[in-house]
Amino acid sequence: MPKTFTPKVVTANHLLKGDVIYQTATGWSRRLDEAEVLTDEADADLRLIEASQQVDVVVGAYLADIALENGIPAPTHFREDFRATGPSNYAHGKQVELG
Amino acid sequence: MYSYSQFDTDFLATRNAQFRAQVERRIAGNLTEDEFKPLRLMNGLYLQLHAYMLRVAIPYGTLNSRQMRKLAEIGDRWDKGYGHFTTRQNIQFNWPELKDVPDMLDALAEVGMHAIQTSGNTIRNVTADHFAGAAADEIADPRPVAELLRQWSTDHPEFQFMPRKFKIAVTGSPNDRAVTKAHDIGLRMLQRDGQNGYEVIVGGGLGRTPMIGKVINDFLPEADLLPYLEAIVSVWNQIGRRDNKYKARIKITVHEHGIDEIRRLVEDRFVETRKTFTGVDVQMLREIEAHFAAPDFVKKSEAPFKDAYHKDPVFRSWADTNLTAHRAEGYKIVSISLKKHGETPGDATGDQMRLMADLAETYGHDELRISHEQNVILPHVHVSDLPSLHAALQKDGLATANIGLISDIIACPGMDYCALATARSIPIAQEIATAFDDIKREHDIGALKIKISGCINACGHHHVGHIGILGLDRAGVENYQITLGGDHTEAARVGDRVGPGFSADEIVPAVERIVDTYLDLRTDADETFDITYQRTGLAPFKAALYPETKVAAE
Repeated sequence: MPKTFTPKVVTANHLLKGDVIYQTATGWSRRLDEAEVLTDEADADLRLIEASQQVDVVVGAYLADIALENGIPAPTHFREDFRATGPSNYAHGKQVELG
Repeated sequence: MYSYSQFDTDFLATRNAQFRAQVERRIAGNLTEDEFKPLRLMNGLYLQLHAYMLRVAIPYGTLNSRQMRKLAEIGDRWDKGYGHFTTRQNIQFNWPELKDVPDMLDALAEVGMHAIQTSGNTIRNVTADHFAGAAADEIADPRPVAELLRQWSTDHPEFQFMPRKFKIAVTGSPNDRAVTKAHDIGLRMLQRDGQNGYEVIVGGGLGRTPMIGKVINDFLPEADLLPYLEAIVSVWNQIGRRDNKYKARIKITVHEHGIDEIRRLVEDRFVETRKTFTGVDVQMLREIEAHFAAPDFVKKSEAPFKDAYHKDPVFRSWADTNLTAHRAEGYKIVSISLKKHGETPGDATGDQMRLMADLAETYGHDELRISHEQNVILPHVHVSDLPSLHAALQKDGLATANIGLISDIIACPGMDYCALATARSIPIAQEIATAFDDIKREHDIGALKIKISGCINACGHHHVGHIGILGLDRAGVENYQITLGGDHTEAARVGDRVGPGFSADEIVPAVERIVDTYLDLRTDADETFDITYQRTGLAPFKAALYPETKVAAE
């Protein structure tokens, strides 16, 4: 039986800043809660190809699993949690910049 | 200290100009990431979890106040106002933006520093005893030979595309503070029958397959060093496994072929390499040695030290833990702890770096060192200056009296920064340090090395910690494996794995149980953790960590 496709977002690092970004319907955001949620596998593959072609904007685009919490994407793995919020050793990086 | 020649300066300017053009082409979209990545790695630029990271070489951990101030300036101007000192005696900037990196490299070049060969499959920054040139137990200063190795290995045409990275460490003391037995090549300076030479150790390393290095030559005359090392690296460069990166390091080559066969191959190759060295290398070593002449040590009254030691218990506590015997009368080696309880091990703010630079200039003959244990060393301080130095350190959170104690933890960046990490390291170190500080027990516990890695690559040296902690991802949850009884010294030993791992919530209580067990077992307060462990073995610690197993067996 084919594996059930779980919701995903396209994420990457920004070429110039190097920080974590997420693909939205119209561009890129630094906030996971603004990411475009992909629930269809073919659509997700296509959006990943589109993202990967933006070589002068992003580095290392990939599909990351998310869970929907009240319709808002949230990480399902702790690595993606840290990517979304920044280092946990003290308040700096994304958790401060995004407020 | 070594001062750059015009050749060094010109070489660096050329490399920096090349990289500036490469960055411009990447930003303009004329280089793909696949094309750019090997170029940026050659210049120490990684792309990590949250940002780019620039790893700057601090050759054999030695720098002067001008260089330290420049690191502070770079952190303030192009990063978030701090830097992270690493287990390879380097500094990492965690937040540079790509367009700024060429300017950062130019700023480094102003003070004779660079990021070349801090990444990639090359010979990396040569590390050395952080007490070099100062330690009372030293036979010879390892820094001149480390500098010779830096010059030999930098841009060495044969060694730019090797099977894997290659790390060399040198110690000039019988008490090994440079972890030489866990390096691809470890060099121990020796004197035999009035002749200078080296014990050459090969095939050590940590990572997923930890190995203690083996002696390939028990006395290599000084004049043969470069041709012999070139023979070792050359042999490995040819027969090292390029089919599997996990089997590519020389430790696997030595393991698979055996030390005797490797020695035979190296001796054969040495016959050839020796012909290509005309003695100019020894002549260069003599010239380099002149750069490392000892400072003009002074003689003055030790009364201010004795007075403060007698009257000030805070100073006394710091002096008891953070000072080491110096070879010159009236001097001490000062270890400045970058392990304030609850802070990130190895981090220093720009202000802290400037303060340490000022203090080195005022009290320390303008010398600083970075230790592989992620602390900063002032190698030459007269004892009469220690009270003033301590008072200055206190003002900026740098007077923590915990060198060699349970809170003086090595921790790799882990998943808070590193793209390779499988779990976090720093918060575990913070929690352990805070927990033992809260109960004010660490001075009673005594010498105890905890080393934490956030993945199997073992940048945090967990295998050779008295208590080693390895963070892993177990089915999407952080999980921490414990090893006990590791040793990073001349008696190097890989620790024993105790059993199943612990969750992030369980790991600090587990460390507390290990420490409680040690305190119960030790014969007296002078018996350190590693001695107790050697005496008792794993069993009592295992019983304390897994009481349910004991119950099940009964």
